[in-house]
Amino acid sequence: MEHFWQWFSGLFANWGVVWNNFDYLLVGAYPQGPLGGLAMSIVMAVIGIFGAFWIGLAAGLMRISKRPWLSWPALIYIEIIRGTPLLMVIFWFYFFAPLLMNQSVPETESAIAAFIVFTGAYIAEIVRAGVLAIPKGQMEAARGSGLSHTQAMVHIILPQALRNMIPSFVNQFVSLTKDTSLAMIINVNELTLAARHVYTRTMKAPMEIFLTIALLYFAICWVLTAFSRRLERSMARYQARTSHDR
Amino acid sequence: MPMIEIHNVNKWYGDFHVLKNINETVEKGEVLVICGPSGSGKSTLVRCVNRLEEIDQGEILIEGKNIHAKDQDINQLRAEIGIVFQQFNLYPHLTVLRNITLAPMKVKKIPRDEAEATALALLERVGIGNQAHKYPVELSGGQQQRVAIARALAMKPKIMLFDEPTSALDPEMINEVLNVMKDLAREGMTMLCVTHEMGFAREVADRVIFMDHGEILERGTPEHFFTSPQHERTKAFLKEIL
Ligand SMILES: Nc1ncnc2c1ncn2[C@@H]1O[C@H](COP(=O)(O)OP(=O)(O)OP(=O)(O)O)[C@@H](O)[C@H]1O
Ligand SMILES: [Mg+2]
Repeated sequence: MEHFWQWFSGLFANWGVVWNNFDYLLVGAYPQGPLGGLAMSIVMAVIGIFGAFWIGLAAGLMRISKRPWLSWPALIYIEIIRGTPLLMVIFWFYFFAPLLMNQSVPETESAIAAFIVFTGAYIAEIVRAGVLAIPKGQMEAARGSGLSHTQAMVHIILPQALRNMIPSFVNQFVSLTKDTSLAMIINVNELTLAARHVYTRTMKAPMEIFLTIALLYFAICWVLTAFSRRLERSMARYQARTSHDR
Repeated sequence: MPMIEIHNVNKWYGDFHVLKNINETVEKGEVLVICGPSGSGKSTLVRCVNRLEEIDQGEILIEGKNIHAKDQDINQLRAEIGIVFQQFNLYPHLTVLRNITLAPMKVKKIPRDEAEATALALLERVGIGNQAHKYPVELSGGQQQRVAIARALAMKPKIMLFDEPTSALDPEMINEVLNVMKDLAREGMTMLCVTHEMGFAREVADRVIFMDHGEILERGTPEHFFTSPQHERTKAFLKEIL
């Protein structure tokens, strides 16, 4: 019994390390210092997914174009990125961006650029598949009524395709949220690096600290996945109803 | 001047000769019914008339204008030719009203309230005036096809193309669509109809053509076509569908 209490109070004390540094894990030194921790992870993931959406939309549409000068660059971009580990892309941007731009680029910005370019390639494939999944009759009806190809895309094809793609986008967002932890390698103060800071500063309670951040990642991804499931269910309903229309 | 003139049209899909030396003239207000077995090129021919398909040889004139000319504005052309498909092809993410007003607003730049007024009048005319705010999936097949016809009419076309508009419908819904088409024919619309509805052909067609293997094998008035077909294959085909 005595042993148990010793062990238990020790555990309690160690959770205290987490508790005392919880704000640092959540927001870094903010508002006195720079933003960091979980907030930084989320900021990078959100900016990353929005940037990747536009790049992926453009690349995905270029990829299905009949014009080779549009489809080839998109194909090369997509295939190169999909065959490269994210860590490598992070290094490219970290080492080459300053050389290219002839000035220093902050780590956070170069990490976000890497996330955008990396995730964009996957979104491009989602967009391509989504557009190709729309029945051909939709484009024919639209063109047949006098709409231009672009108008048909904007008003008929993309609204349907993008709606069907929402669950896949959420999945990419979940992946990206976890992958932001790789940015610690170039010293971006996101959640994983913040945890390491706390540990090196206190030299205590590694288990508790890393368990806490694992739970934080899990909580975010779980909420997003649950949201995605719900969307998928309502999408399934929408599709079941529209399949009648083909 | 004839509404549609088709001169010596040939078309290939790779090695496959899908349209063989097609010649046909359709006057303004005429209703031409095209029939023939599956794969004979009926849809392809109709789709060449609004350039959903390109042709390899020959020319198609609409009111004397060569529509397969390089400098033809394809969207301008299609705005004047309505097309109705077997599978309806309504836009599932838009309401019935938006399905109908989209092209007039985007292609002809008609203001929304005017486009909506026209759409509502057209829905009334095809007998579903009370369905404007529903989505296509909430309608029956026959109602959806009538929306598709209203959608095509909203562009005030000179010509209407129908590609087997009743083939995907349950039997009890066929007549509601045919009746709309008959009204259109009587109002003087120029129509090209791919259909096997011989009752419709008898009642409103001015002429019937029979296609087989990419050729027009037989042509004539419905009277001639049904009572004294010349070609063996026409007779065999008629025996099968009547
Ligand atoms: N895009 C295409 N590429 C290659 N072959 C095609 C293409 N579209 C149609 N075909 C072929 O051309 C032929 C004529 O097709 P079409 O759709 O015009 O026939 P149809 O008379 O309308 O037949 P159905 O009554 O089945 O609708 C068919 O054998 C078809 O397989
Ligand atoms: Mg056909």
